[in-house]
Amino acid sequence: MAGVLEAKGVRKSYGGREVVAGIDLALAKGECYGLLGPNGAGKTTTLRMLLGLTAPDAGTISLLGHPVPQAAREGRIRVGVVPQMDNLDPDFTVSENLLVYGRYFGMPEAEIRARLPKLLEFAALETRGASPIQSLSGGMKRRLVLARALVNDPDLIFLDEPTTGLDPQARHLMWERLRLLLRQGKTILLTTHFMDEAERLCDRLAIIDHGRMLAEGTPRALIAEHIEPEVVEVYGEGVEEWFGAQAKQLATRAELHGETAFCYTKDAAPAVASLKDHASLRFLHRRANLEDLFLKLTGREMRE
Amino acid sequence: MSVARALVAGRWVAVWRRNYLVWRKLAAVSIAGNIIDPLFYLLGFGLGFATMIPEVEGVKYIAFLAGGTICYTTMLAASFEALYSGFARMHVQRTWEGILNAPVSLEDVVLAEWIWAASKSLLSGTAILLVAIALGLGQSWTMVFIVPLAFLIGLSFAGMGLVMTALAKSYDFFTYWFTLVLTPQMLLCGVFFPISGLPGWVQAIASSLPLTHAIAIGRPLFLGQWPDSALLHAGVLVAYGAAGFWIALTLFRRRLLA
Repeated sequence: MAGVLEAKGVRKSYGGREVVAGIDLALAKGECYGLLGPNGAGKTTTLRMLLGLTAPDAGTISLLGHPVPQAAREGRIRVGVVPQMDNLDPDFTVSENLLVYGRYFGMPEAEIRARLPKLLEFAALETRGASPIQSLSGGMKRRLVLARALVNDPDLIFLDEPTTGLDPQARHLMWERLRLLLRQGKTILLTTHFMDEAERLCDRLAIIDHGRMLAEGTPRALIAEHIEPEVVEVYGEGVEEWFGAQAKQLATRAELHGETAFCYTKDAAPAVASLKDHASLRFLHRRANLEDLFLKLTGREMRE
Repeated sequence: MSVARALVAGRWVAVWRRNYLVWRKLAAVSIAGNIIDPLFYLLGFGLGFATMIPEVEGVKYIAFLAGGTICYTTMLAASFEALYSGFARMHVQRTWEGILNAPVSLEDVVLAEWIWAASKSLLSGTAILLVAIALGLGQSWTMVFIVPLAFLIGLSFAGMGLVMTALAKSYDFFTYWFTLVLTPQMLLCGVFFPISGLPGWVQAIASSLPLTHAIAIGRPLFLGQWPDSALLHAGVLVAYGAAGFWIALTLFRRRLLA
């Protein structure tokens, strides 16, 4: 059988503007694969094409062995989707939402009912089965959407920005649940623009911008490949002067963005020593992370 | 054709059932709303005009009015469902988006909406029919056929209404449909008076409109007569509904699957 999800040379244009300009990816069973990109990078359009909701202009897609979009419906039988914006049914209770959604998969009522307690427990909503949707917090709604995506016991789960808008507690609970799913052998494709989320969850990830894949690999390997291992961030009174006079000599690569100087280097000791003599400057010495990689590849200018 | 295949495959039933379950939660309010409005028209006009117009076409005015009222009530029921409620599910609540992520196609969803809106017509039509019977306005057994007729009227107007839903940016857009398309039909198509008394050119317009054909079947059935050319009138309703549905589906594809 083919891989869990494969895409080759996938492209899509709207009104002459190429939104997705050649995406290639292949997900192995049980891995968590992340699509990282700034707003408007083409993440959601890519997901829609992979699910067969939008036909690509070029390229081939195979979803759980089914050609997409021709047999996308058959592929979706074993897929769960957590959309970017909650679309729970406001007219139904928590349990009714799961029950009604299960019917869209052609599941018999008894089978869905038998799964309900486990799904509610997974969503940490055991006592809220009869609650109206309006009474749930943002985190609860998000977990219910995740539980709803699991109603058909899918092999592959799509998550479009699963923790956007959640508070830290709710995010951690969401991450814990996603790791639990990975331990059960589920395959996950997620989009995010939270670097900590990607670093925690993803086995592999691709950074995309302007519809193109800029880099792909494991988070640590990508960072090692593109970024110097140590970073010193400098800010405070007189940072521009310090940057102009010293930064270039003390670091392999130095950039000034707004009021912060970023120094990338193999050895941060000289920079740190220099900063000890500047009482007005504050600094943070840390390991290079995914955010450094992301900003290097996609640039620092603001996106709409 | 993909719609015929979707109809047979039956995946639309789960979507139809979702709408039915929501309706059932508020059924009492919904039915009361469906009955009260036409009831006011029926009693207000029926009793009010009865002093001036004792009989129309050989029957009591209120009985004449009842047959037309049932037809336009079913027209409105399907229209409200296909436009306002359909738009809420497609756009405002994103219910369709959730359904389309499951192994359900857009054909299944739009088909379910069409049949559901017609089901609302059937429910409303039956409710007002029972009220008319309770008021002693009619007791012919031919009235039984008004129940399937209500479903057919629903298919006709919901099919056309879904075109508006597919084009709408907001609820405000639907005002055009109601004021420019449905209200004129209520006034011109013989709900309140026979169209035979209208000027020839108005009659010509009226006879091209679907509500005229609905009433041409519904009123005789209510009064215990067999309608003339029932198949022809039913054919016009089917044609309007099927054409509307086909255009709507094309527009929905363009809007949601582009």
